[in-house]
Amino acid sequence: MTDPQEHELHKRRKARNYALLAVMAGFVVLIFAVTIVKLGGAAGNPSAIAW
Amino acid sequence: MTTMQRTVALDALGAANDAGPRDYWALLKPRVMSLVVFTALIGFLAAPSGVHPVVAFASILCIAVGAGASGALNMWWDADIDAVMARTQRRPVPSGRVTPEEALGFGLGLSIISVVMLAVFANFFAAALLAFTIFFYAVIYTMWLKRSTPQNIVIGGAAGAFPPMIGWAVATGGVSVESILMFLVIFLWTPPHFWALALFRNDDYRQAGVPMLPVAAGDAATRKQMWLYTLILIPVTLAPAFTEIGGPVYLAAAIWFNVAFVSAAWVVARRDEAASAADKHRAEKKMFGVSIVFLFALFSALGVEAILRAVFGEYAAWLVLI
Repeated sequence: MTDPQEHELHKRRKARNYALLAVMAGFVVLIFAVTIVKLGGAAGNPSAIAW
Repeated sequence: MTTMQRTVALDALGAANDAGPRDYWALLKPRVMSLVVFTALIGFLAAPSGVHPVVAFASILCIAVGAGASGALNMWWDADIDAVMARTQRRPVPSGRVTPEEALGFGLGLSIISVVMLAVFANFFAAALLAFTIFFYAVIYTMWLKRSTPQNIVIGGAAGAFPPMIGWAVATGGVSVESILMFLVIFLWTPPHFWALALFRNDDYRQAGVPMLPVAAGDAATRKQMWLYTLILIPVTLAPAFTEIGGPVYLAAAIWFNVAFVSAAWVVARRDEAASAADKHRAEKKMFGVSIVFLFALFSALGVEAILRAVFGEYAAWLVLI
């Protein structure tokens, strides 16, 4: 149900939730990117991973 | 509940505790964090070996978050003194927008995440150094030294000096003369830099009961010590020029900015409290400004040397003594 008179409090909470969403999404992308780089050409060949 | 009652109830709730994203961002002390990112990046770039740019980016991000986390822990512990100092009254905790418990949880959570992720992204040594830096700033400096000794920022300055060493450790997995020299530059620069600020913010610290040197030992003693640290800083800032990370660009920058910094420090060292108050601490404010430019310039010069070496290779003839 939408609130016809959104309170300032809700606006701040919404902003906080969106900020958290952005941080979490960024974190996922970062982990993904680092994983791809670390795996390099070693996908399917764990002994070749350069840690 | 009527709309009116509901609004009043929400107003009360909102006023008591409900922070926006900006308040959490402020808890991370973004200005300090930007200096940490800069020096860590230079430490990383100056290192002889390297890692993939994506890994480097992720690692520097971890260092930044770790630095921010220690800032949040600092604000949690110092909320009482922040509330009485004009410079810090509007911080999220003393202003009531973030509760102390939230700041503590935020700081601890980010500390753990940043250290664990740095171990995964880079190496255990860099992660251990980051953990030690957070511990040093939050516990040794904030909880212990800051309120107990006038030498607080001398030892506490070490926390701000570790980032280039961590950047170096991300690339190399270890420590070397070069990374220790970068540490020493920031470590010895911190006292004159911070005391210049303390000289014209003296009343704030006095009111908060923080034993900064001008409060505890007096104005004259502070000026003398600032001058001594400035003199010790000269050889320490020149030394990196004659290591593997130095070169003519760094040497020229070090000489030029040392002249500027020593001149500013000399003016401050020669005058007394009355003269300082008469022109509203003009020389002290100038020295504070020059000190920021000084550190920025020296680390930028190290960055330029790193880029030059990456593009043109090592210098054919350069005096590497250390």
